[in-house]
Amino acid sequence: MPRPMPKLAVWKFASCDGCQLTLLDCEDELLALSDRVRLAHFPEASSAVLRGPYDLSLVEGSITSTEDVEKLKRIRRVSRHLVAIGACATAGGIQALRNFGDRDSFVSAVYPRPEYIDTLATSTAISDHVPVDFELRGCPISKTQLLEVIGAFLAGRDPAVRPHSVCVECKRRGTACVMVARGVPCLGPVTQAGCGALCPAYDRGCYGCFGPKETPNLPSLAGWWRERLGATPEEVVRALRTYNADAPAFRAQAEAESDG
Amino acid sequence: MAERPGRSDRRTRTIRIDGLARVEGHGSVYVRVEGGQVVEAQLRLFEPPRLFEALLRGRDFSEAPDITARICGICPVAYQMSACRAMEDACGVSVDEPVRELRRLLYCGEWIESHALHIYMLHAPDFLGYEDGIAMAREHPDAVRRGLDLKKLGNEIVTLLGGREIHPVNVRVGGFFHLPALDELAALRERVLRARDAALDTVRWVAGFEAPESELECELVALRHPDRYPMYEGRPASTAGLDIEPSEFEAHVTEEQADYTHALQAHIEERGAYLTGPLARYALNSERLSPVALEAARDARLGPACRNPHRSIVVRAVEVVHACEEALRILDSYEPPARPAVSVEPREATGYGCTEAPRGLLYHRYDLDKDGAIRVARIIPPTSQNQRVIEEDLRATVQRSLALPRPELEHACERVVRSYDPCISCATHFLRLEIGEP
Repeated sequence: MPRPMPKLAVWKFASCDGCQLTLLDCEDELLALSDRVRLAHFPEASSAVLRGPYDLSLVEGSITSTEDVEKLKRIRRVSRHLVAIGACATAGGIQALRNFGDRDSFVSAVYPRPEYIDTLATSTAISDHVPVDFELRGCPISKTQLLEVIGAFLAGRDPAVRPHSVCVECKRRGTACVMVARGVPCLGPVTQAGCGALCPAYDRGCYGCFGPKETPNLPSLAGWWRERLGATPEEVVRALRTYNADAPAFRAQAEAESDG
Repeated sequence: MAERPGRSDRRTRTIRIDGLARVEGHGSVYVRVEGGQVVEAQLRLFEPPRLFEALLRGRDFSEAPDITARICGICPVAYQMSACRAMEDACGVSVDEPVRELRRLLYCGEWIESHALHIYMLHAPDFLGYEDGIAMAREHPDAVRRGLDLKKLGNEIVTLLGGREIHPVNVRVGGFFHLPALDELAALRERVLRARDAALDTVRWVAGFEAPESELECELVALRHPDRYPMYEGRPASTAGLDIEPSEFEAHVTEEQADYTHALQAHIEERGAYLTGPLARYALNSERLSPVALEAARDARLGPACRNPHRSIVVRAVEVVHACEEALRILDSYEPPARPAVSVEPREATGYGCTEAPRGLLYHRYDLDKDGAIRVARIIPPTSQNQRVIEEDLRATVQRSLALPRPELEHACERVVRSYDPCISCATHFLRLEIGEP
């Protein structure tokens, strides 16, 4: 008797849908993948829902309501492996900007009738609430890294996703350093690779959408921006407070800049 | 077992579909029937709000295209285009014509990608009786392969001009960061030609689908342009005579919050619910389609307007043909601009941007201070504009299908919702900002 196909589930919390869309954007691989893996729970793509447990759950989005927390715990219980995909799931996403400043006024400013809405004052990562087996970075995630992660978990090995900086990818791609050669502020030295060093190849500085690399030296980079490129502390804060604003390394440096 | 009509007439029935499938985001349907009459029909969009209009406050004008792209992973280009148009309007700059051409080309890529996804993976399975595009591929492998190839070509256009399919990195207020090389554009041409043939095959394929009967009576709203099928530009116009500047949009459209949904619902002052999207664009602009797309529409017997939402799949397919034709036109006539972007100096002003996202009209308004910081952001996405029409359609569909057994009735409701291609991620992120301070 053939072994049953492993079951893949895709879940969504607060997000733009882009990371799970990445799976559907694998136009050349999708049908082959569906021969190897049962898409058991993927509501964006299918009305068919198979019951758990699931071999691999991909979780997109951040946690912004008490209901989310309960749902996430249920997902964890029915998932053998759980991978958080994308900046919302790994760092709270752009909506984590609500975590800074005066939360109450931020929230109440938005709702004409706030009593109808259950939302937390914070947007937090999946790993703040349940154990995760892997965090796949990016806003959005990379298609090739996603396929690597799915393949690795189904094969029972570690995903080959490197935590080094975007700078390594620029060198590999042969892109001249935009910061050294042209004085363009770039977060590449502190940002994890995975995008293929896109922004410098398109003549702009990296804006950090894959979040902090392993052991980033943020004080040094912020110093470069201020002293050699003439950036103000406010500009450094703004650059760090985007899609991975609540990632610890970015958050800490932005706070250090704000405190002067 | 079929229900006995005499009994069901007297009691209350509720239809709940929790977790609509094959739509972008989390939504549900709730319909209540009392004594044989539908008394409530709600489309509940219960994605958690992400509060974009609040988090944009205080951000620099130059950040709006990248930040608002994150509202929707399916149509990030639409957000970038409406944001750029609004910021350029506020700052009083006009981008070079070749840059506008490249933006149109980028937008064509998104239309092709998004429409191919909806036609093949989300909507067609309803007509052919499958749970998803992957199951459909087992018995219709050539069709699904064609759809995925079309989608891929759309993504390739976005990737060439934007750097990646989702949340492109190359768009900036004033133009682009980087211009594509001429040989990269030339290499696209052959592939777009093949895609156009695939798009024409798509029109023929979906034109043969048997669609449920339905006739919308609501007002249809889309951009209109003197000589282009609307995408990147145009004036908001409607089948009831609306014809306004983008800056007048909020004077005519009102949004309200209901207690059962996280999206604001829009309606036109004194006239009520209206629909935006492919059916509206086509009804208001069909004569501006490219000749090949227009001929495909005629062959598919679409007529000058189509008011059956289930047939919107045919209009989307025609729009894919048009987007391929438009891409070819741009590739054949493109002359590079002198610079990738014009420089933009912020000023204290309000700017308006309206473009046609694949799902319909997408409105942005920003109030800037003299340094270019955003004071107020207002974004009205297509799905919150369409929400009331979808509910009216649900109400009518349930009313005329009360005799159906529950699973079929639920399926009919799901089909109604899917035919509008709602994007719930978009719709729920815009709760109105009510701020008293300057």
